[in-house]
Amino acid sequence: MNAAEYDFIAARRRLEAKGKSAGEKLTSVDDAARRVHDGDVVAVGGCLFSRTPMALVREILRQRRRRLTLVRNLMCTEGEFMMVAGAAERVMTAWMSIGLPWGVSKIMREFVEGGKVAMEEWSHLALGLRFRAAAMGVPFLPTLTMLGSDLVGVGGMKTVQDPYTGQTLGAVPALFPQVAILHVHRADRFGNCQIDGYPHMDADIARAATTVLVTAEEIVPESVIRRHSDRTVIPGFVVDALVHAPFGSFPHECYGLYEADYDHFDEYVRAIDANGSRAVEQYLARYVYEPPSFADYLDLFGGERLARQQARARELTEA
Amino acid sequence: MPSTTVTSAELLAVMGARQLRDDTTVFAGVGVPLLAAALAQQRHAPQLTLVIEGGIIGPRIKPGRLPISTNEMRTAYRASMLPGITDAFLLAQRGFLDYGFMGGAQIDAFGNINTSTLGADYWRPRVRLPGTGGANDIISLCREVIILTAHEKRRFVPKVDFITSPGWLDGDGSRRRAGLLFGGVSRVVTTLGILGFDGESRRMRIEATHPGVSVEQIRENTGFPLEEAATVTVTEPPTDDELAMLRAFDPDRRFLG
Repeated sequence: MNAAEYDFIAARRRLEAKGKSAGEKLTSVDDAARRVHDGDVVAVGGCLFSRTPMALVREILRQRRRRLTLVRNLMCTEGEFMMVAGAAERVMTAWMSIGLPWGVSKIMREFVEGGKVAMEEWSHLALGLRFRAAAMGVPFLPTLTMLGSDLVGVGGMKTVQDPYTGQTLGAVPALFPQVAILHVHRADRFGNCQIDGYPHMDADIARAATTVLVTAEEIVPESVIRRHSDRTVIPGFVVDALVHAPFGSFPHECYGLYEADYDHFDEYVRAIDANGSRAVEQYLARYVYEPPSFADYLDLFGGERLARQQARARELTEA
Repeated sequence: MPSTTVTSAELLAVMGARQLRDDTTVFAGVGVPLLAAALAQQRHAPQLTLVIEGGIIGPRIKPGRLPISTNEMRTAYRASMLPGITDAFLLAQRGFLDYGFMGGAQIDAFGNINTSTLGADYWRPRVRLPGTGGANDIISLCREVIILTAHEKRRFVPKVDFITSPGWLDGDGSRRRAGLLFGGVSRVVTTLGILGFDGESRRMRIEATHPGVSVEQIRENTGFPLEEAATVTVTEPPTDDELAMLRAFDPDRRFLG
């Protein structure tokens, strides 16, 4: 943890100095990704293999960003890509791997045990509160979690005495990232965003960051947003760049639209089991660096596979 | 499959399920804890509410589509509310969660859990493990926590290398002194028996053995000395009924082995 992460005064000044247009936000994915700079703290929306902003992750890798700090509550394959590509020097997370059937991430082990990437672990709620404190514009939030554990020493969480009861509480510091990258279900072209299903931490992350980049499955007319304004979770003036990206999380999932492609994870992990991080380098060449556009990337999976994953999502959310 | 061949995961799920009372709430991890909670709900605790850390309240299990992660459509199947991750944990901080239900790990004599690093230096670990996920929050914030784990000597160590999730810390009130005002680990349900903690010293002790298991066997498979409760009971073996309900959730035997 460094002091700039929770400097709420500087973070507020950055927002005060920034344009907050209600106007057009639509742009290309490469234009959006150019707003990420070497050395930035980048907060990644979604959670594990759910609503990962994969189109933006892919483009950040293509633009060869370096020395990033990636922050995500549960980190998945996108974290492995960033490590192997040399884009991330530090990750802040509560957990990293794909999931129980795929075992402990061998990539995480190689890079963290080898000292190439620093892994700063916070509890899941503590990370959520770091984003929430920032979203609220305050330097910390009091909490009852994470006390007494060795995680306190890792992130450097301090304690605070409650001025009313005298009780000692954890003081989770705010986290103001330079950039947030998010994937949502729908937005109008002004960046008013709606999310279906579990909201994860995206709304807090959007308010915490200085620059907010969003991909959306669907760009809808303004009237759709205005008719269902109760569903809007990120207001347009928070968003800096918006990109239309159908299947923008794939092979991760998007609630109600497509299930995560577990077969793809099987193949990916089998290759890592055989060849270690070399397998991820080959994967990045095939899926990130070679296909020029996100549509070309999706073609590698093929329409049949995408349709299968859509059907699987419907079975789970329309029943 | 006849009930004579009960797998370790089935034994844990059945014994775990029996710990949960009706009209309560449980914060459950995926895998065996979730299956155990679902079994309890179906068998004896219909008014039990499951809460999952992905920000999911009141989900049902779709047979054959068991959740792999805490935040995916399988986990949210027919849920009653999707409040978001931070707010789900804050329900626990407020005191709405009776039980925390967690899976296996490296655990010590005071119920402290390590899922972070092996080795002396956190920043350059000998082995980097995935991390806490929500375990630290569940063990810090629920009214009581029950751990379900295979009973192996390598898992039951005298002192964990790193306290990811605080049990009773060093015992004797140290948990409360650290600011963890509520809760604590009440039981460790294993493949050999049920362990609890002494009310004062907070050291782990044997409370029950599973049928056909001796207290000596439990001691042999534990890396630290274990006391015994005043009366050590023997658990009832899983019934055909419990096994049939459990197996219906996982026809592909992804989690039941």
